[in-house]
Amino acid sequence: MANALQIVVCAGIVPDPLQTLEPVTGPNGPGLKNEMVLPAVLDPWAACALYEAAQLVAKNPGSKLWLVSLGPKAKLQQVMMTVGQKSAFELVPIDGPIGGFPDAASTAAALAEAIAALPGLDRERLLLFGGWESATRGAGVTLQLVGERLGITEQFQGVDQITLGEDGSFEVLERVEGGKHQVSVCTATPAVLGWATGNLAEPRNNPQTGMANMRGIMPALAKAKHVDLAANGLSYVSVNLPKQQRETRVEKNMTADEIASELVAWITAE
Amino acid sequence: MSDTVLTDESVAQESAAASEPDRPAMEVDIACVGFGPAMGGFLTTLTQEWTAHPDDLAFASKVAPGMPLQVLCYERADDLAAGVSGIVTSARGIRSSLPDLNPAEIPMAAPVAEERVLYLLDPIGASRRSFALRAGDALLHGLGGLLGVKDSAYELPWTPAFLHKHGGLLLSMGQFNQWVGAQVMATGLVQIWPGTPVSGPIFSGNSDEKCGSVKGIRLADQGVDKTGAPADGFMAGMDVLAPLTVVGDGPVGAVGNALNQRLGMPSGHAQSEWALGMKMVIELPEDSPLKVGTVWHTFGFPEPEIFGFLYVHPDRLVSVGIFVPSWMGDPSRTAYRYLQHYIQHPALWQFLKDGTLRSWGAKSLQESGKNGEPFLTGDGFARIGEGSGSTNMLTNSGVDEAWTTGVQLADAVVELLRAEKPFTQENLAASYETRRRASAMEREAEQAKDARNGFHGGLVRGMIGMALAGLTGGKLALGGKIPSAQEQIDRFSPHSVAGVDAAEAERLVQASALGERPLHDALLTARGWPEIELDGRLLVTQQDALLMGGKVQAMAGFSDHVVFRNPEICKTCGERTCIAMCSGQAITQGADSTIHFEREKCVHCGACLWNCAHTADGERGNLEFRAGSGGLHSAEN
Repeated sequence: MANALQIVVCAGIVPDPLQTLEPVTGPNGPGLKNEMVLPAVLDPWAACALYEAAQLVAKNPGSKLWLVSLGPKAKLQQVMMTVGQKSAFELVPIDGPIGGFPDAASTAAALAEAIAALPGLDRERLLLFGGWESATRGAGVTLQLVGERLGITEQFQGVDQITLGEDGSFEVLERVEGGKHQVSVCTATPAVLGWATGNLAEPRNNPQTGMANMRGIMPALAKAKHVDLAANGLSYVSVNLPKQQRETRVEKNMTADEIASELVAWITAE
Repeated sequence: MSDTVLTDESVAQESAAASEPDRPAMEVDIACVGFGPAMGGFLTTLTQEWTAHPDDLAFASKVAPGMPLQVLCYERADDLAAGVSGIVTSARGIRSSLPDLNPAEIPMAAPVAEERVLYLLDPIGASRRSFALRAGDALLHGLGGLLGVKDSAYELPWTPAFLHKHGGLLLSMGQFNQWVGAQVMATGLVQIWPGTPVSGPIFSGNSDEKCGSVKGIRLADQGVDKTGAPADGFMAGMDVLAPLTVVGDGPVGAVGNALNQRLGMPSGHAQSEWALGMKMVIELPEDSPLKVGTVWHTFGFPEPEIFGFLYVHPDRLVSVGIFVPSWMGDPSRTAYRYLQHYIQHPALWQFLKDGTLRSWGAKSLQESGKNGEPFLTGDGFARIGEGSGSTNMLTNSGVDEAWTTGVQLADAVVELLRAEKPFTQENLAASYETRRRASAMEREAEQAKDARNGFHGGLVRGMIGMALAGLTGGKLALGGKIPSAQEQIDRFSPHSVAGVDAAEAERLVQASALGERPLHDALLTARGWPEIELDGRLLVTQQDALLMGGKVQAMAGFSDHVVFRNPEICKTCGERTCIAMCSGQAITQGADSTIHFEREKCVHCGACLWNCAHTADGERGNLEFRAGSGGLHSAEN
């Protein structure tokens, strides 16, 4: 079993981007209005990491997959009712605050502590997966910090593909400028892979997978450890949503060429 | 003895039985279909009793010895928050279940503070008003100053008690469902699986038997093409076998409809009366004077048959919408455009014009009430909620009644579990139906059951009928045979379009056949309804409403859930009401007069189910509404 993998996916939950998101500042800092009752989804980039990991595990007998997620226990449970139907994994929930505004170092410390305590984890064989970006906040440093805390120095960001060799080595495609990939080869684990989109479609909801996962997820949620994340002096001067991109205008007399020209001019000006 | 799964297209299912794929199966104790207020009431009550008596052996699993009761609920929508309805409810049943309920914990919830009923005059002059109504309008115009007519609206000086919701709540269905779902799931005792459509019940016995016990449900196949044939990544829907199936999938749900088809309806009962509720959630400007908890009921505009509402939620949000009923015989039932005209009525527009569209949605309402009650129980199944005929059509109330049916069933189920009695029709009738029959909700439903008969004779007659039933506690009501939903649709002829001369109507028909403007829309303009001046903020195209408000999406890999039984009938259809009423413009006409369905645009309102004027088999409409995936994704509906 040269490729009996041990993969840990770090994946937070984020408000469903289809909902109306309204930033507010509360006593605990910035957040979203009614964030606890906004439907949530698995952070999209991290979700790609999970699906890639699940496929690797399925193809390599003897492998193991953990999903480590930090968020309010009740919201984690709701999200797992959907995510749990897509891939088989062992959930390691950490009951903590919602949103992407807590300090990344504190978040990373909580995640690293939970990973280090995983029974049966061989850190020399660890592939630490996550998203290279977050739909909550684009700082993009949490995964690297988790890797650092676990002593993993081989780190890749913007990963679209991993190919395993027979000898335990692996090749990684990382996104670089110009729409190209940088190819790296590692002789062995451990490594950190911050995934871009990967190459897999979102798996279908499989009720059997969901039921099998739930046997572990529900007890894990019941025992989830609560953490308070220290601010470490972090404060936010201001918070804004991305500029609204969708604009509706009715044009009845413009030709297709004129519309195309205007779009090009608009894109160029952005 | 073989088992059968019955969907609406039973013939196709059965003919395909020979090539039935290997299908996974799972046993649970209670399988639940659909998560709405009725199922919320059921699961809340069940888990409350369970939590209070955790060691009670009644809550031990029969199908998995040593395990707790296995209760699974499957919901089609991709999230529990995707329900649609602006709700004003007495909340008697909800408060009884949740005595510590604090509306402040539920976004968009607020106590009812003020109720008004407005008769809206037609400031445009395009609506199809009867002579009697026009005479009344003229009187109001003439005496406007004396009667307090303002902004083309006349506020009724007195509102009958049966319409009051004093002490009640304003709710958003999406937010309420999500809140209830979170409470129930937090107990850890039951599982609610979203994004999981159920294709139909599984019956024991042969499909030609009128009766037969339900032994579970079948989840929809995935990895299929639009016809349902296996394609890449085919995954046969799982059979979920259970001693009890709780059916709460609403008025257009696949399981409920299959039960109706298999069992028929009790003598004298029929689900003939429907309405499409369509609404917007609008964010008001900061200086809006509308107070939280304000409730307006309106009638008279944009057409006499169309009732409307405005509810003011916290945080400057309002739900504004209309109901387009099946008794509006005109086939140009173009709900979205009528909604746009409605919000521009002067009485509303003065408050809404600087607002922003936040959300939008639509759903079918089963408006036969008690007269549309199906068989509530059978061996292995029980029905709750709107699909079980719980809506009260006199008080215009359905959510609290649906919740209450769920509570009644949960009490009955606990009783049967403790008595170790099986879920037979006899036992379910003795426990659940007996509770339901003895309840105040049932008495009120009896009083209300004929309250709306008069509307089939017009608005004035309908209002008189409602008043009679309401003021006499149902002792008096207007009689009348209610035609089927198909028969309520007027047959279309270019020579009989009110307000449009035959030559112009014929020209519009021809233009529509060539793929130009849809006929229903063109006819409204020809009748004098002004074009909608889109502003990209509140008045947007119907397609933009799907994206801006409804956030409509559909998962890949499912079959089309709207199917035309005989497409040749559609080619010759003059009414094409399914197109006019389609909330998502998912049903459209092709240049060759065929009708097309795009499931990616469907909001699952189910209006097409009761908006087909023709039949392929002499009984049902030519259009079938099956289990499907996707729909609205806004949590504010």
